[in-house]
Amino acid sequence: MNHATTAAQTSPGQAEGHDDAGQQHPLGVYFKIWGLLFVLSALSYAVDYFGFQGLARWSLILIFMFLKAGLIVSVFMHMVWERLALIYAILLPPLALIVLVGLMSLEADYTHWTRILFYETPAAIEPVEHH
Amino acid sequence: MSQNTHVATEPHSLDSLVSDWTTDQEVFKKVQWGKAMMWIFLLSDTFIFSCFLTSYMTVRASTLVAWPNPSEVFALTIFGQNIPLILIAIMTFVLISSSGTMALAVNFGYRRNRKATAYLMLATALLGATFVGMQAFEWSKLIAEGVRPWGNPFGAPQFGASFFMITGFHGFHVSIGVIYLTIIALRVLNGVYDRNGKYEVVEIAGLYWHFVDLVWVFIFAFFYLW
Repeated sequence: MNHATTAAQTSPGQAEGHDDAGQQHPLGVYFKIWGLLFVLSALSYAVDYFGFQGLARWSLILIFMFLKAGLIVSVFMHMVWERLALIYAILLPPLALIVLVGLMSLEADYTHWTRILFYETPAAIEPVEHH
Repeated sequence: MSQNTHVATEPHSLDSLVSDWTTDQEVFKKVQWGKAMMWIFLLSDTFIFSCFLTSYMTVRASTLVAWPNPSEVFALTIFGQNIPLILIAIMTFVLISSSGTMALAVNFGYRRNRKATAYLMLATALLGATFVGMQAFEWSKLIAEGVRPWGNPFGAPQFGASFFMITGFHGFHVSIGVIYLTIIALRVLNGVYDRNGKYEVVEIAGLYWHFVDLVWVFIFAFFYLW
């Protein structure tokens, strides 16, 4: 990121000492990101529409999801132009969620196999009306 | 800012990280407190939505009954054609468009363009209201088809609980956002921020709005597409 230009473009009349008060960037940046988000959403939808399955399905879903999330946070929410102290304070804590997801997937796996063992056959708990 | 403490000017340097966290008074140097607080609120909200999505993962992975196929559950028949997931796709585009107009509103705010800022924010709120309306339609449709938090005719009973909890909490955020944006837009229009020079209020409202869109990205991927 070019901070020299960011600092140079700060607007007049902003609070004193807040040199990044004016997040001023060319309008074109927003239109480009907007367009990209549309394209990525269309691609996500296409994954479902064309019925991709298995590895291709979930890897494509995740790729498009993370690209969209990254564009929104970095440009629309101006994260790329913020100070490192703020970036780390906001973006590092969610990494703890990886642990939660890991633990819960172990738990789900355990519950799943327990149910298979104790419900004898899966058919025993099938609903009467089945899709 | 304190005159006695060293504050690194280069905002991306490790030096700035260290100096921001080690000098007294405040951590996020040269960041408006309102913006820092909104970010911290959004961080806590991230954990709330993550808990919902993680519990959804847990119930979906542990059930022995087949999970309802969202592609079919959320299909609509338009002009005699059965299109999979179309309502959700339209909702996604509506929400992204609202994020686009919000980003432009923030930009015009810092250019001190009062009318453009206010009207773009009102457009954002209108798109948000459209999104909530479509969600109300989706809920009514599913409830009419017999989807309940404790069961549904399509498969695993946990589907209803996850659906209502996740989309309901998100829809609640969008609704609050529509009210929030409308209030700020009217204040912009009245010239409140021209007088006190605090146009960052628009950016802070924008952060909340973009976050709502961000959460939808994850809900769309994990709940509707997976």
